[in-house]
Amino acid sequence: MELEAASALGQFAGAGLAAIGSGLAAIGVGNVAGNFLAGALRNPSAANAQTATLFIGIAFAEALGIFAFLVSLLLMFAV
Amino acid sequence: MAIDTIDLELAGSCVDDGGSAIGMPQLCDAWFANQIFWLIVALVAIFLILTRIALPRVSAVLAERSGTISNDLAAAEDLKRQATEAEAAYEKALTDARAEAQRISGEARAAIKADLDAAIAVADEKIGAKAAESEKQITEIRAGAAASVAQVARDVASEIVTALGGKADAATVNAAVDARVKGN
Amino acid sequence: MPKPPLNNRAQVRRTMGTTEVSILVFFAVVIVALIVISVLFSVEGESELAFHPMDQFMIKPLFGEYGDPVYWYTVTNLTFWMALAVLCVVLMFVLGTRGRAIVPGRSQSVAELTYGFVFKMVEDVTGKEAVKFFPYIFTLFLFILFANFVALIPTSASPTSQITVTAFLALAVFLTVTVVGFVKNGMKFLGLFWVSSAPLALRPILAIIELISYFVRPVSHSIRLAGNIMAGHAVIKVFAGFAAITAIAPVSVLAITAIFGLEVLVAFIQAYVFTILTCVYLKDALHPSH
Repeated sequence: MELEAASALGQFAGAGLAAIGSGLAAIGVGNVAGNFLAGALRNPSAANAQTATLFIGIAFAEALGIFAFLVSLLLMFAV
Repeated sequence: MAIDTIDLELAGSCVDDGGSAIGMPQLCDAWFANQIFWLIVALVAIFLILTRIALPRVSAVLAERSGTISNDLAAAEDLKRQATEAEAAYEKALTDARAEAQRISGEARAAIKADLDAAIAVADEKIGAKAAESEKQITEIRAGAAASVAQVARDVASEIVTALGGKADAATVNAAVDARVKGN
Repeated sequence: MPKPPLNNRAQVRRTMGTTEVSILVFFAVVIVALIVISVLFSVEGESELAFHPMDQFMIKPLFGEYGDPVYWYTVTNLTFWMALAVLCVVLMFVLGTRGRAIVPGRSQSVAELTYGFVFKMVEDVTGKEAVKFFPYIFTLFLFILFANFVALIPTSASPTSQITVTAFLALAVFLTVTVVGFVKNGMKFLGLFWVSSAPLALRPILAIIELISYFVRPVSHSIRLAGNIMAGHAVIKVFAGFAAITAIAPVSVLAITAIFGLEVLVAFIQAYVFTILTCVYLKDALHPSH
């Protein structure tokens, strides 16, 4: 049926588009880690105390990418 | 998939007739209860193992170790203090000994100096006495010699006169000699 | 001029140590063997690509026929791998610390380092008064860590890739944090959503945003863990699916190896992140003022 094919097309295209979001989250995570490294190289003595903050920041940056990934998965498998 | 004898009614709504998952297996509500039940079992098991056995044991070991370490550190501190004290005592003994030695050698030097002074004084006295005696003797000898010179001159003169064939009159000779000695 | 290339080659050979040469030889042998094996087995025909990357997350009864019903008490493959994780905890913390040595052995010092790592995390992030929550947080950390690690064994079912499991864990944390927050601070706990340092006009809007982000926490908390583990395993499965094509098989195996290395890292980092976020949320409950 025409409608079913269009629906499947939309489903998979949407899943692919949503997957871009997780790639964008990768930029954010890289930003966090890179800025941490730049700061850590400027002031290495303060770096150790901030590792926890680094991971929290990475986790928050990643969370939104995970949502995109989840949307992608839902479109692929659950719709 | 090789399995084709699946009772789909029993296996649930999430498995297709090939044995594969339909959609996401994670979202299959037929399996939720099972997952949660066994998760709770596992968590409770870990929690009990940790709180009953592992954590008390590990924290006891850690506390014991930190106790041992601080005891050892205290002991080391004590030993260090003792060593410092011993060094101070040694230093003090050394200083005392040095002062004592200084004192003893000073005393000895003083005693020796006193002895030496006394000896020098005695020697000086002796030397003075000897010198005075010698002076006297020399004076005597000199006086004796002066007297002797006149006598010798008289004797020699009378002898010479005799030898020359004259007759030596003692009185004349004496007078001549005396005149000669006096007048030169 | 035939000589310079020869010289060059000799130079290259000289600069490569015996280790590199043996590694190269090893990989060459592995790749050739893989090609031979895949050619031999592709005789059966049916070289069509069949991707079932999500099948590995299915729940199956451990005993009995495949396709038997799964009741809430059924011992499943998931049960087995959870039990393995529990067994790892027992090995590490009960057998490992059996000696109670003042000067620890290898296994005991691993247990002590893990203990110290999480204890310091709780103390640093949450504060000294949160130490009474340490067994709870440590349980979460160890379960996730070992579940992630045993799931790296091929043919395993990974408990932490099940959204149900991680959602339960995250909801447990969320409820704990909320209950502790209200019990400890009473109504002052709502100050968490009232950003007193912001201008008064902005505060209601910020309160709505804070409220939404508060309720989104368990979602992101659980999906992050499940998503990471599931994605890694699914990617490995997809690459394994490509291995059905003979020409691509060696590349696919190398890619699986690389992804596996990444997954080892992810297994630890996700356990760490889940735990540290638990600590951060707990800190909010104990000190709600911004």
